[in-house]
Amino acid sequence: MKRVVDVLAPLILIALLLGGWEAACRLLAVPGYFLPAPSAIGAAIAARWPELLHAAANTLVMALQGLGVAALAAAALALPAALSPMVERAVRPIAVGLQVTPVVALAPLVVIWAGLERPGLAVAALAAVVAFFPIFSGVLTGLKSADPDLERLFDLYEATPFQRLTRLRLPAAVPFVLEGVKVAAGLSVIGAVVAEWVAGSGTTQGLAWKILEAGNRLRTADMFAALALLATLGFLLNAAVGGLEREALRRWRGR
Amino acid sequence: MIAELRSVEVDYGRRGRALGPFSLGAAPGEIVAVVGPSGCGKSTALRLLGGLEQPTRGEVRRTVGRGETAVVFQAPTLAPWASAGANVALPLELAGVADARARADAALERVGLSGHGDASPAQLSGGMAMRVSLARALVTDPKLLLLDEPFAALDALTRRRLVEDLHRVWDQTRPAVVFVTHDVEEAVYLAGRVVVMTPGPGRTAAEIAVDAPLPRPEGFRTSLGFREAVAAVEAALALAETAA
Ligand SMILES: Nc1ncnc2c1ncn2[C@@H]1O[C@H](COP(=O)(O)OP(=O)(O)O)[C@@H](O)[C@H]1O
Ligand SMILES: [Mg+2]
Repeated sequence: MKRVVDVLAPLILIALLLGGWEAACRLLAVPGYFLPAPSAIGAAIAARWPELLHAAANTLVMALQGLGVAALAAAALALPAALSPMVERAVRPIAVGLQVTPVVALAPLVVIWAGLERPGLAVAALAAVVAFFPIFSGVLTGLKSADPDLERLFDLYEATPFQRLTRLRLPAAVPFVLEGVKVAAGLSVIGAVVAEWVAGSGTTQGLAWKILEAGNRLRTADMFAALALLATLGFLLNAAVGGLEREALRRWRGR
Repeated sequence: MIAELRSVEVDYGRRGRALGPFSLGAAPGEIVAVVGPSGCGKSTALRLLGGLEQPTRGEVRRTVGRGETAVVFQAPTLAPWASAGANVALPLELAGVADARARADAALERVGLSGHGDASPAQLSGGMAMRVSLARALVTDPKLLLLDEPFAALDALTRRRLVEDLHRVWDQTRPAVVFVTHDVEEAVYLAGRVVVMTPGPGRTAAEIAVDAPLPRPEGFRTSLGFREAVAAVEAALALAETAA
């Protein structure tokens, strides 16, 4: 019963909001280019469904490519940083610098470096840039998160550095890494959208481009249609990664 | 002496003196209890005895190798990602012993947890987790067993049962045991000798011998000898607190 309510409550709220929106548009006769009614947006989604789905898939693929690259780079840098305080001191300011620089500001450069004819590469690279820090930070924190008394046991039994890494630090890091990846997955979609926006070229064919293109032609209902898909994409990705995280944690804890 | 602290002092940087000057030894097969107010340096003394830390001044003598020492901490400190059996087998696996899992199962049996090897720590009650932690300490057949307020977080009934179990497993191989606790009755029941420490930085305030066989005879808790020893330790603790 509680589960049903949990699922229904947000759906009812969304239905109410959409209903209010629809009624307001009709009663006040708001022009469609200014604020289209939900029914008009629904019609736009239905009319352009294959095209929108294709664009969403493109955005998702570019974001996930970025996420994969970010995960590899973050692990490769965080591992030595966790083992050596000197490496950590050297790497951390750069990682933080990367994090605090707005991705919009980096995008034009990355687009040039990737080559104007390969905007997809630039988008994936920028998704990787924003996804990097949460994973880096998760791996680094996680590798140092082991219980100090467990560390003392490893001292007591004279564990080798390799044993300490594989039997203590890496397993202890798992929950932190999962959390980092979850945050990074959401950010990677945002990174991909912002990058595509700046790349501003039709060749990437992602959702951001759909919004831009429709905006240029003042087809507001189409803008909303792409926006709705983008929100749904983000929501589903978040739910999927969250579910994976819970399942992985359940296994990690052995129940 | 299996391990001995001789006039050791420990300073922790700007926080100043944490312990000492303090002397404490454990003879083979002996059970020593250490009681003292919190923050007086009991855990620090135990880490010194285990060779996990070096004193700022003074001397630590150990005739046992590192692999012959075992430590049980206040929390069970089990690795949550590994089963109870894998946690118990860890010390042997780190040393590359071949039949680690079989010996871990035997150690679990000694603490009354046979058949629980596949349970994960999250599934265990507090008392069971502490038994697993004890099994992990016993699995190497240590000559020196150091316990740092191991039962402090458990309810009174579970504690009493664990104290009895500790005596039983101790009797099988008779390691030297140093047991830190803030529970005076537990200290007197468990140990042949109770060392009372002053408030931090801890020194020896008194030493009370408990004159009765180990493991304890039936009804020892209600005997005059037990109650007199408890009163003596409590008086020494109170005196040390007011003097500070
Ligand atoms: N690693 C450490 N660094 C700095 N201070 C410490 C450290 N360990 C313990 N201390 C301090 O030393 C004193 C004694 O600590 P501890 O041995 O844990 O006392 P007890 O176990 O008797 O409660 C305390 O004041 C504590 O804050
Ligand atoms: Mg302590």
